[in-house]
Amino acid sequence: MELAQAVLAGERLALSRTLTQVENDTPEGRSALNALFPHAGHAHLVGVTGAPGTGKSSLVNQLARYYRQPPAGEKPKRVAVVAVDPTSPFSGGALLGDRIRMRDLAGDPGVFIRSMASRGSLGGIASATAGVVQVFDAAGFDIILIETVGVGQAEVDIASLAHTTLVVEAPGLGDDIQAIKAGILEIADVLVVNKADHPGVDSTERALRSMLELAHPVAHTIVHHGRLEISASTATDGTLWIPPIQRTIATDGQGIEELADAIARHRTHLLDGGGWQRIERIRLQSELDILLQEALITCWRSKVPEDIYLETIDQLIERRISPHQAVEKLVPCNNQ
Amino acid sequence: MSERKIRVLVAKPGLDGHDRGAKVVARALRDAGMEVIYTGLRQTPEMIAEAALQEDVDAVGLSILSGAHMALVPRVLELFKANKLEQVKLFVGGIIPDEDVPRLLEMGVIGVYGPGTVSDTYVKEIQQAVLGTA
Repeated sequence: MELAQAVLAGERLALSRTLTQVENDTPEGRSALNALFPHAGHAHLVGVTGAPGTGKSSLVNQLARYYRQPPAGEKPKRVAVVAVDPTSPFSGGALLGDRIRMRDLAGDPGVFIRSMASRGSLGGIASATAGVVQVFDAAGFDIILIETVGVGQAEVDIASLAHTTLVVEAPGLGDDIQAIKAGILEIADVLVVNKADHPGVDSTERALRSMLELAHPVAHTIVHHGRLEISASTATDGTLWIPPIQRTIATDGQGIEELADAIARHRTHLLDGGGWQRIERIRLQSELDILLQEALITCWRSKVPEDIYLETIDQLIERRISPHQAVEKLVPCNNQ
Repeated sequence: MSERKIRVLVAKPGLDGHDRGAKVVARALRDAGMEVIYTGLRQTPEMIAEAALQEDVDAVGLSILSGAHMALVPRVLELFKANKLEQVKLFVGGIIPDEDVPRLLEMGVIGVYGPGTVSDTYVKEIQQAVLGTA
């Protein structure tokens, strides 16, 4: 409780300690999240994802710099960065190297960078990332840039966390068939072709553009627990958001202003079209579902005697019952 | 609840570009199950203290080859104190003359690990210093 108060008062050390407690899912972390929850819900959550080496960290660095030093007439925004890198499946350790590209942000009290290890989560972000983001949100940061691990084709968890998802591509990573596969490109609200000074940038952009043209102009739907939900990018009046393609050179800042404009346009689109609330709803519902699953399993395990559980496993090994039959036997509501 | 992960910041203050030693240490700590935040080259003491605060690390390792350790280490410790980070353990690697080692330890550095140090040594000493166990 004291931690949460100090976070709301803007104490950076308390913020940092709270993030650790939330990341480790300790009782202190949970009570801080409870206390901070009513204060969150104002920040614009921007996901940055893409293959390893496309320049995600450098882009985050440039975007954060832009938000801190916007063109005349605009107010600087407070920026939090959550940078996720993979945990080793063998040692459980991790090397978190995203700060290397973010040295321009050092010394600015309006920026807070936190590195996170994925800790076994496979969706491109850590399971505690949502909690960490919520702490930053409650602490009053205007924009939270969430950088995923370098992803392959299907790590799309970021899309259900962020309001706006940037998918970063770079020249020379694949042909036009890669571009029409399902997965990562589908979740893009803004497509970024970084390293635009490298050869092959025209064909990369062409492949992405033809992918967008092949897409049927219909509302995206998300199948969520058997229910179809219209994706947040579709406005209630049916206006579709077509992901713009932005060229950038993150090493020298070219194209960053245009990219920030595209992000701002997407935010306006969400706010005007009701998508902002839909994302909120989908995110909170999936968070509730995950917690319910954990709680139900813990609760159930505390009620079923260990020997019955072990006996069932023995029966499975002897092939006397099937896994489905075992579940029916152990969880009676399946039969009703 | 997940287990306690030791978080370590590995930083390279000063102007030389030789970070092989820092990378070897970072890798060894990673392989020992720690979460290592690597900041890269040419960090100022201010940048190091700020990163240590934001990342809430248990320990910070400085790789110093320039001979400026008797200036850099006290400055980093001073900034830790100013930021209420006194509990963060500081260790040093690189080229440190033998006669300076006792003085660094006296300042509060937990270990000085020069070339040829077996990685088990610093892994164990960092674990002990952070977890307070033998």
